[in-house]
Amino acid sequence: MELISKTKIDFIGMRKISFAVSAIISIIGIIGIIQIARGAANMGIDFSGGTAMQLKFTAPITTEEARRSLAKNGVKDVDMQEIKEGNKLLIKMRKTTLATGKVADSVQDILKKEFPANPYTVESSTEIGPSIGDKLRKDTLIAVAISMLGIILYIAWRFDFKFGVGAVVATMHDVLAIFAVFFVLDKEVNLLLITAVLTIAGYSLTDTVVVFDRIRENLHKNMKESMPTVFNKSINEVLSRTIITSLTTFLAATSLFLFGGDVIHDFAFALVVGVVVGTYSSIFVASPIVALWEKAPGQIKA
Amino acid sequence: MTKGFTWRISLIVAFLFISFLYLTPTLVSPLPSWWKGFLPKDKIHLGLDLQGGTHLVMEVETQKAVEGSLDLISTDLEDTLNAQNIRFKRVAKVGGDRVQLVLYDRGSADNVQKLVKKKYPDLELLPLFDEGGFVNMQLRINEKEAQVRKDKAVQQALETIRNRIDQFGVSEPIIQREGISHIVVQLPGIKDPKRAIELIGKTARLEFKLVDENVNAVTATPSSIPEDDEILVEKKTDPATGAVSETPLVVKRKAMITGDLLTDAQVRIDSQYNQPYVAIEFNSTGARLFDQVTAANVGKRFAIVLDNNIYSAPVIRERISGGSAQISGSFTEKEASDLGIVLRAGSLPAPVKIIQNVTVGPSLGQDSINKGLIAGLIGVALVVVFMTIYYKLSGLVANFGMVLNIIFLMGSLSALGATLTLPGIAAIVLLIGMSVDSNVLIFERIREELRLGKTPMASIDAGYDKAFLTIMDSHVTTLITAAVLFQFGTGPVKGFAVSLSLGIIINLFTSLLATRVVFDLFLDRVRVKRLSI
Repeated sequence: MELISKTKIDFIGMRKISFAVSAIISIIGIIGIIQIARGAANMGIDFSGGTAMQLKFTAPITTEEARRSLAKNGVKDVDMQEIKEGNKLLIKMRKTTLATGKVADSVQDILKKEFPANPYTVESSTEIGPSIGDKLRKDTLIAVAISMLGIILYIAWRFDFKFGVGAVVATMHDVLAIFAVFFVLDKEVNLLLITAVLTIAGYSLTDTVVVFDRIRENLHKNMKESMPTVFNKSINEVLSRTIITSLTTFLAATSLFLFGGDVIHDFAFALVVGVVVGTYSSIFVASPIVALWEKAPGQIKA
Repeated sequence: MTKGFTWRISLIVAFLFISFLYLTPTLVSPLPSWWKGFLPKDKIHLGLDLQGGTHLVMEVETQKAVEGSLDLISTDLEDTLNAQNIRFKRVAKVGGDRVQLVLYDRGSADNVQKLVKKKYPDLELLPLFDEGGFVNMQLRINEKEAQVRKDKAVQQALETIRNRIDQFGVSEPIIQREGISHIVVQLPGIKDPKRAIELIGKTARLEFKLVDENVNAVTATPSSIPEDDEILVEKKTDPATGAVSETPLVVKRKAMITGDLLTDAQVRIDSQYNQPYVAIEFNSTGARLFDQVTAANVGKRFAIVLDNNIYSAPVIRERISGGSAQISGSFTEKEASDLGIVLRAGSLPAPVKIIQNVTVGPSLGQDSINKGLIAGLIGVALVVVFMTIYYKLSGLVANFGMVLNIIFLMGSLSALGATLTLPGIAAIVLLIGMSVDSNVLIFERIREELRLGKTPMASIDAGYDKAFLTIMDSHVTTLITAAVLFQFGTGPVKGFAVSLSLGIIINLFTSLLATRVVFDLFLDRVRVKRLSI
């Protein structure tokens, strides 16, 4: 079976549209990252410090009820989320006047007192001091920087410089796109998201490498055709494998997203987004950049 | 034609055998009786997010340890000066890094200087200066010496915490130092995290202090009491109502006896009131001191102070020799038993602060395992169906490679004693999709070669050869990020990085060697005109 047989799509010719789309996505992503750096985004407590807990009640409970009872006892600034399945309540507090180590206890005591007829079990409880959050943020920045550098060095070694730049721009684009989606949907930025982002940074290169390999091969084979023609031909030749490799990973990531449970729901979502964007960028971002650069005037043949 | 089938197939079979060998303890429970000796017995380690438990990061307040040792030095100096009949006005800790001695004249200052140099060669003696008619002498702990003491305090805290957890009884706890002043404690499957945290985090500094009966405690304020006194509070909980009453007491600042002179602490039940108490035993020094102090202070009250809270302040009725005493108070049996543990394990050299506490209940962990398993199975099913439809028989070969990949991965996880976390499971599910990618690249190449009119055999050769570099490149880039994640990640993320990097390395073997051998074997036996691809 073949999904895509012989195609003759002018991918390089579509660069005006694709560059515009990618530019918008990237700008949103950059805004998202700036917001993260300012701490204004929806930060997970692993980065901001604070308290989060998941309680499983025996009977349904609404966030309003819970919020009211906490406010009555002096606990304010609470983020709450209801998980319908199994009467679960997610409670998150970033800033608090209470001392670390006591917040979860006092919240739980209040809820026990206010809802005596609706006992609960603590499914998970996390308290993180602000110093840990700071350290983690620093470590994460270093981790992202080092892995990007590692990828650049490897691609620069395996291909020539222009391809290296193209691959890195595409990878950055994918990273920014995930942040953009999370920023727009106001989803939580936590350590798991960073993990997903780094994974995608490594994975999205697969598709780019596949396309680049073919371009390089075709460049060696025929010298007469123009750059955009060679690039288009190469992308069309490997289009089916680019899509199918992504499709299999997409299937696995989607099943994780749909059936993997609340804890990794957002993580799986980031993976799904990343797989899709990674495929797009290897065709519409990485290759056109190299093609443009190669045919730029004043350049001697590569 | 032989293409080295024997060694390739035996390698696959050997790996399969080893994987199942290591997976047996996880899959078969209980293990059969003949399963012993060198055979692996460990199940795959589950992270705290999967089996439930508590993960704590504690910060030792090391500055307090330095200040504590300064307090000790001043007390010791005071005793020494008294013993040598050198008159002094005051000896006390000032600031966070020095002890100040205020003496009456230069003559005694010279003597003290000599004495201090001999006794504390590690301390820095600052130049003398006169102030208000007194001679002022300061001893400073320098940066390096303070660092040594801080380091020792963390080490000691680690040992003490380990002792307490051992006595509390938690299976397979992890207690390790992280960075300069942090201690990480993992308590898998713990039922009562609150109690455990209280037990671990208690400084447990036990002191016996004399009550100053000359001061009225009810009206006393910190400014009105003598300089060598302090106000502490005795808390009593009414067992019937649960109401807490607080009684202030004025005690001598200086502890007569401290908890480090204990040899044992056991919980007993008072037969008269059916109340638990903790019976303590002193070592010989402690016993002698206790004997002396009680003999000299009959009729006075002796406060038993733990972390600046008075447990009880009984009246000394008679001289107590023999070196045993008891701590009673209004506590439950659990509290008494925890008090026994902390007294036996010793006090922490400095207070600890809990800066991270992640607790996962066992039900959520089990739920995560189940959901991960379902997601994995559905992922496998989707990929298997897709590959079979798209690549027909060859797709089946790729599926075979994927299943091998997962089995080998699980096998190596348990062989290496790696920890499986929820993100780790996610990595495995993701690998289901990624592991057939290599075969997709190879198959597409083979299709291309077939289109060029090559024979099936030649196409397969060319397909595997030409796709090799691409596959290597894509694996290396993913491996780079996985390695970084492993280096920087904590707990669950580390689990993800381990699963991912192992899976990627194994994938090279299964997609390049294991699937190839199936093709070769088939083409070797059967004359194939058309490849099912």
